[in-house]
Order: sequence, then structure tokens, then C-alpha cells
Amino acid sequence: MAEPRIVVVGAGPAGVRAAEALVAAGIRPIVIDEGRRAGGQIYRRQPENFTRSYETLYGTEAGRAEALHTSFDALTPHIDYLPETLVWNIAERHVWTASGTRQRTIPFDALILCTGATDRLMPVKGWHQAGTYSLGGAQVALKSQGCAIGSRIVFMGSGALLYLVATQYVKAGANVAAVLDTSRFASRVRALPRLLAQPAVLWNGVALTLALKRAGVEVHTGIEPVEIEGSADQGVSGITFDTAGGERRTIACDAVALGYHLRPETQLADLARCEFAFDAATRQWLPVRDGDGRSSVAGVYLAGDGAKILGARSAEASGRLAGLAALADRGLPVDLAEMTALRSQVAGYARFASGLALAFPWPAAQAANLSDDTIVCRCEAISAGELRATVARTGAQEANRAKAFSRVGMGRCQGRYCGHAAAEVIAACADIPVEQVGRLRGQAPVKPLPIAIGEEAE
Amino acid sequence: MSRAEHASDVVIVGGGLMGTSTALFLRQRGVSVTLLETDLIGRQASGTNFGNVRRQGRPISQLPLANRAIEIWRKSKELLGSDIEYLQSGHIRVCYRERPELQGQMEDYADEARHTGLDLEMLTGNALRARFPFFGPDVLAGSYSAMDGHANPRLVAPAFARAAQRLGAAIRENTRIVNAEKIGEDFHVTAEDGRVFRAPVLLITAGAWGNALSAQFGEPVPIVARGPNMSVTEPVPYAIAPAVGVMTPLEEETVYFRQVARGNIVLGGSTRGPSYPGDYRSYVLPQNTLSQLKQIRRLAPALANLNIIRVWSGIEGYMPDSLPVMGPSAAQSGLFYAFGFSGSGFQIGPGVGETMAELIGSGATDIPIGGYSIARFAGA
Amino acid sequence: MPGRFVRLAETARPEITIHVDGAPVQALEGDTLMVALLGSGMTLRTSEFGDGKRAGFCLMGACQDCWVWTEEGGRLRACSTQLADGMRISTSQPEATWPNLA
Repeated sequence: MAEPRIVVVGAGPAGVRAAEALVAAGIRPIVIDEGRRAGGQIYRRQPENFTRSYETLYGTEAGRAEALHTSFDALTPHIDYLPETLVWNIAERHVWTASGTRQRTIPFDALILCTGATDRLMPVKGWHQAGTYSLGGAQVALKSQGCAIGSRIVFMGSGALLYLVATQYVKAGANVAAVLDTSRFASRVRALPRLLAQPAVLWNGVALTLALKRAGVEVHTGIEPVEIEGSADQGVSGITFDTAGGERRTIACDAVALGYHLRPETQLADLARCEFAFDAATRQWLPVRDGDGRSSVAGVYLAGDGAKILGARSAEASGRLAGLAALADRGLPVDLAEMTALRSQVAGYARFASGLALAFPWPAAQAANLSDDTIVCRCEAISAGELRATVARTGAQEANRAKAFSRVGMGRCQGRYCGHAAAEVIAACADIPVEQVGRLRGQAPVKPLPIAIGEEAE
Repeated sequence: MSRAEHASDVVIVGGGLMGTSTALFLRQRGVSVTLLETDLIGRQASGTNFGNVRRQGRPISQLPLANRAIEIWRKSKELLGSDIEYLQSGHIRVCYRERPELQGQMEDYADEARHTGLDLEMLTGNALRARFPFFGPDVLAGSYSAMDGHANPRLVAPAFARAAQRLGAAIRENTRIVNAEKIGEDFHVTAEDGRVFRAPVLLITAGAWGNALSAQFGEPVPIVARGPNMSVTEPVPYAIAPAVGVMTPLEEETVYFRQVARGNIVLGGSTRGPSYPGDYRSYVLPQNTLSQLKQIRRLAPALANLNIIRVWSGIEGYMPDSLPVMGPSAAQSGLFYAFGFSGSGFQIGPGVGETMAELIGSGATDIPIGGYSIARFAGA
Repeated sequence: MPGRFVRLAETARPEITIHVDGAPVQALEGDTLMVALLGSGMTLRTSEFGDGKRAGFCLMGACQDCWVWTEEGGRLRACSTQLADGMRISTSQPEATWPNLA
């Protein structure tokens, strides 16, 4: 029997463990990754000529990060590794890839999508200004380039990443002015039973908050963002917010790192024609998959944060599980007991993730209160007011229809950073449940593709 | 009678540009209209086409209709009460060096078109490149139409529908028609949910689905559904005024582009992907995107520096002779058709609407449409 | 020259010189183009739609905010582009200059 052609997209925790399972079974998978080095985002590697230790870069996760990198390095002789390569479309059981202007079409019998996540953003007035970054972006600047995003930084939003990045910045010697958490202490207490499913991670969170306060960083919880101050030419100059007690404050800064937990990169699952379903707990559409990672399309598997945000440890487990499922579905021998163990491990992480969603909810209600002059779509510079006026004028209440008339989501990022917030704005002004707004339909290329693609000389 | 019945002078089935423009012009004549659309207004061919508002290149016999349409395009902002981004910035079609005979064909066409009021300017060599320096070295000659232009298809049919609605037309979206028949003096059109719409006049403007309805009246036509191959670039400084197209017998070479005021350049054409009218989906296959980009690089090499950020398709209805089905039914009085515009319906669309309204309202029209009669497919 | 980004570590790396809007800019081997530009500058580009300067956002190739141009007319996503010696970068969109090919 011919060896099945298996393609893994993404070389983060999920992709690496999926490839590892395949290689162990004697398969030589193709592993395609956009990055220059494998590791994904949370375990993103610094450039080769950098010198910081794993402890400095990854703190409590140093051991897991090093293990992942070591595993991947050991895999490279046994895989076809395509770094700095984008999968821009999927059709007729082929992935279509671009590396610079080089195009290559790769057939697959099985496809394991491990596309990871980005920050999930709710706009705040002024967030389009130079000096505003996502929390993940702020972390990349430090982890991968040894830089702080500014000389006086405020971190705002909610989720475990907020405290983690702020603490990493303080430890690295950056000037952190404040951490502004939109979630309330009360919601974290409510989530405690579920968070306790992963006690080690909960302890990390408590330790982080203590470290910040000891370093003299102002920490406020239950805040309401008001405006990122600044100018069109100079960028960010401060952040205005309302404290939990209702006091309006402004903190001077030249950089704001913003984010509300994460959202999966589901564009390739969409192009592969996977079915999606609305996840009420997190108010977003996610690709449907079974306990092993099988999507609704035969031969297409989804693993890691690219399918549902369950964290890096879960991604490793679900990546390996998806690899085993791909082997099993192709009639190759797998350890069924191990699959059962991995399945229940992933299910355990799901309980933790639902605790996180309770503790750090997506601030959907902020959407209705966004001022009309707040930009919602950064790429096209479309404001909340323009979006609301379009809904009112045209009656468009569905995501793609509203996009067609308002241009929200039509820019280069294809709605990655405005899609969820736009759906909340539309739902609020049309007075319908956000599920009814639907989701933006994915269109190739998933990222900008050069018109020069495929030219012979490069 | 248990089913709700809605009565009007005219029922229109199909909410694209043809149906919505006819609805508006019928309302201007005081005729009551109900327009029924399976999905949302203007979502298929009308909303996903390239957006060329050109008379140049149409069959000479179609130019009266196109001339009628251009008058409506020019006053569209006032007529519709909204901006559909119509730019009268010209249209140029070119041919490549390996087909010099096409230059002769362009010149012949220009001579004929002049008699209908369409003035075209032939450009070659240094004059062509001085005027339009972006053309690649393989381009031989071009025919330039100063009074043509382009508009934003996503906005047009919905704008016509809203304008018709303001004048009292009943526009019903999410209304799929499952049956249409004539009972006595009236057509009875039944929706999936059981609602029945009744009128002495029925107009079918259902695009690629037109045959599903014409067949119910004994007039099947060999319509084929195809999807346009469309892409768009990131925004770049506005520099290209005319819409640009290639004249060639080869489908893969037939590409076109136009720059919108915001700066994005819309690309269209080359090989096309599958269309599934039953599912209301068409797909741009990746190989068709690559073929299109290769042809664009040949046509305008400087565009190779840009990125595309999105592709899309839609569902268009094509007739074997590339001419629409337009005019009265040959079998049934009170029944009219305007569908199957074969990828060339956008510019003439408002003119089609005005002409169909005239035909239905007054019984006749001076615009020559005899060549589009559905009777040409009888017995086929 | 002060930039938006502040180097906190890894500063003992060989220097690379690139040109930005015609002027020489010092950066370090291993920098991404974005870090090279923001290490000594405050912005990357100007938004096409009038809302002002941009300086990137996600740093992971997702937001598409950090595109800059080469003097030859190409474009680069600064956060995911490795810095190379001799790069000549423009932070404003080149005016459409079409070659005369007659």
C-alpha cells in the first residue's frame, strides 16, 4: 500500500506533535509553516544569534518550550519541512502554497490544520493610532526581538496573557505604567472550580499579579476602557479609562498593548469547506470537530488553538491525537489506549478553557457603547457609526451583507481583528442575537498574495 | 382559501439588477409591483460581476439599449438617492501583437459604432504608451471609449431595490418560488412557505435560474451557469482612470482590470471555476487565480508589484449565442423575460429595466430587442 | 536616534545599515525589518484612508498593518521580513510610475 500523503499546516505545539506521531508511524509528512523557525507563537523562537536562556524567554514554560523545540529539531530529517511558506488556498485535495513568489501545489490524502490563534480584539476609541499593539504582538516584540513596544507602556484587556506579558516586560526592564483589567475579581472567583482543573496554571496567575504590584505597577480590575489618547501624526500619548469605582483616569504612555484572550485562525478550515457552529460560551463561530479532531470533511483534521482556544498544553495533546486519528483512518495501526488517554486529556483542558472564558469574558457589551467615531475596521478605517448607519440604511444584518455595504472586513486582514467586534456592533444596533449575524465567509488568499506569484525568475 | 394571497399589477421573480430596475421604472409609471427574491437582492451576477459600464464591444444592434442605459447611469445618484460609485473614466480594450487582425476588427467596429453615437479612438505605438504607459510590451493596439466607465456592482441592485421600495414596490427577500402558473387571467406564483403572489403580468428576471421558471410555461432554454473569476488588490494611489480589457478569442487571455476611487484595483477574467446554482455557490479555483494573475502581468507588468487580498465569484447565466432572453413570452400572454445576460448585463441593466417597464406598461418599445426573443430556442 | 521600540536585551549583535526614505539607518543582525524601522523611527506608513500613521499591531503576520515598500516598488510585511544588508525601504507608497515600454 502506498504511503498516505499527509500534510501538516503549522509548526507550533499542535503541528509539531502531530508530525511527531506521523513520523513515529513511519510516515514522512510535509510540514508547512509561515514562520522562519518552528515553535508557533507561545513558544516562538528567538533568532539564531540571540543569547537569552529558555528561563528568561519562557519562564515557567521553559521546560515545555525547550522540549518542543528539541522534538522538532529531531524531526527535521524525517519530514519535508517548508518554512516561510503560506498555504493560501485549499481545493480539490490540494494545498496551494506561496513562498515569496514561488508557488507550489501539494496533494494530500490527509490534512492536519494546526493554524494557531491571534489575539481577540474589541476596539476602543483611538486603537488605530501608532503605538497600539495586541498583547500577543507586545509579547513577540520582547520574546522574539528583545524589544519593548514603547518607553512607557500600559497593558489593557483581560485574560491570562494580560498579566503574563506585563510581568515579562517588568522582568525584562521595560517601563510598565499600568495593567488595566476589564474583568472583575468576582468573575474569577466564580470560575474558580473550573480554573482549579489546572491548578498549576492558576498559581502562575496569582504569582504574576503579586509580582506586578511589588514592581510598583498600577493594577486596576473591573475597568471600562474609554479612549486611547494620541494624534494622527505622533500616535499614542495616553489611555483614559473608568475605574471600577466610576472614577475617570488618564495615564500617560506611548504604547498600549490590548487584547481579550485569543481567537482561532480558522480561515483554512473554512476554505477546506469544514462546517462551523456557533459557540455560545465564547460568542464566536468555530469549526466543528469530533473528540479526535476530525472535521466535517473526510481527511481534514483540526488541532490546537487553530480550532478552539484550549492553550499550548492542550494543543500538544490534540496535535498528537489528530495525527493518530489520521493514521487510524488510513488503516494504519495505532495505540487505541493512548488515543483514549489523549482524548480525555483534551477534554480536561476544555473544562479549564471554559473556566477561563467565565473568568475573562469577551467584553461583548462594550460594542454597543462604542462611540460612533471609534474605528472598528482598522484596515479600511470604518467607524462604528458608519457601520451602524449602513445597517440602518440598507437593513443588512448579516455579517457578509454588512461587509458588502460598509466595507468592514474588506481590508487586508480579512476581518481577523474586526470581525467579532463588528458582529457585536451589528447585533446590538439591529437588536438581534449575535449568532444571527452569522460569520464572515472565508475567501482566498488567506493572506495577501503577490500578483507576481508563479513568475519563473525570482 | 387558506393560503395568503398578495395581488399586484406585476409580479417580478428575481431580485438582481434587471428585476430591481424594472420594479423602479414600473413604479414611476404608477404600476404596482411585487418583487420576489430567493436570497438577498443583487447577490449573484448583479453583485459579483466586474463592474464594467461599457458600451464598447457590444453587438452594434445592442447599442441603442446601451445608449438608453448610459443616460440612466449618468443620473444614477439622483435617481437612486445613493452613490453607486459610477465613474465615467473611460474604457480601453487592447489586442496583443500576435493577433494583428484584431486591430482591424477594432477599427471596423469603431466605424460602425460611430453611426450609433459611440465615438471610439484607436491608439497604437507611442501614442498608446504615452497615454497609458502601464501596458506591457506585447500590447499592439487599443480602442478607447471616453464615455464608458465603471461602477460598484455590490451596491447597484440593492440601491435600485431601495429606490423602488421608496416608491411603493413590495420587495420580498428570502422568498423562494416553487411554482408559477397561469390560472384564468392571473399568474399565481407560490413561495416555499405557501404564500401566493398574483398578478396579470409576470416578469422572470431570475438570472441563471430563469430556465427553471420559463420551463414551467413550456419555454425551456439551454442556459448554463458560470462563475466570474474576480480578485482585488490592496489599495494603491489612484492612477488608472479607464477600465481596461483584452480583446482575444481565448478565454484564458480575456482579463480586465479597473481601479476604484479608494485605490483598490479589481481584476477579472481568465479561466473560470465551477458554479453550483442549486447551492447558490460558485468557487474561484486557485489555478484560475494563478492563470488570471499571469495574464494580468502580461497586460500591465507594473501590477506585478501589488498583492491581491481577496477573490470572489458568483453565478451568471449564459446562453449559447451570448445574447440574453429578453422580451415577451412566445407562448403565454402577460409573461415576460429578462435573464441570461451572459456576463454582459451590467451596463445595459438599467436600460433593460426601463425598456421592460415600457414594454409592460405601454405594450411596445422602440428599442430593438427582437433578436433576444425566447422563441429562438423553441424546439431546440 | 530614538525610536518607538526600546531595545531591552540582545544589543551585542553586529550592525547592519539599511536605507529608509533615502537616509541610512543602523540596525542589528537578527532584527526583523519592523524592529529595524521602529528602533530608530516612530512609524511605518500612513493609513490610506486618512486616519494617520501606523506602526504595526500584531507582530505575527496576521493584521497586515506593517507593510512597507522597497525603493524598487515591491512591498514587504515588516514584522515577518528578516532584515538584510542593503535594503532600501520607503515608508510611503510609491506613486504609480509606469514604465514607457514603446
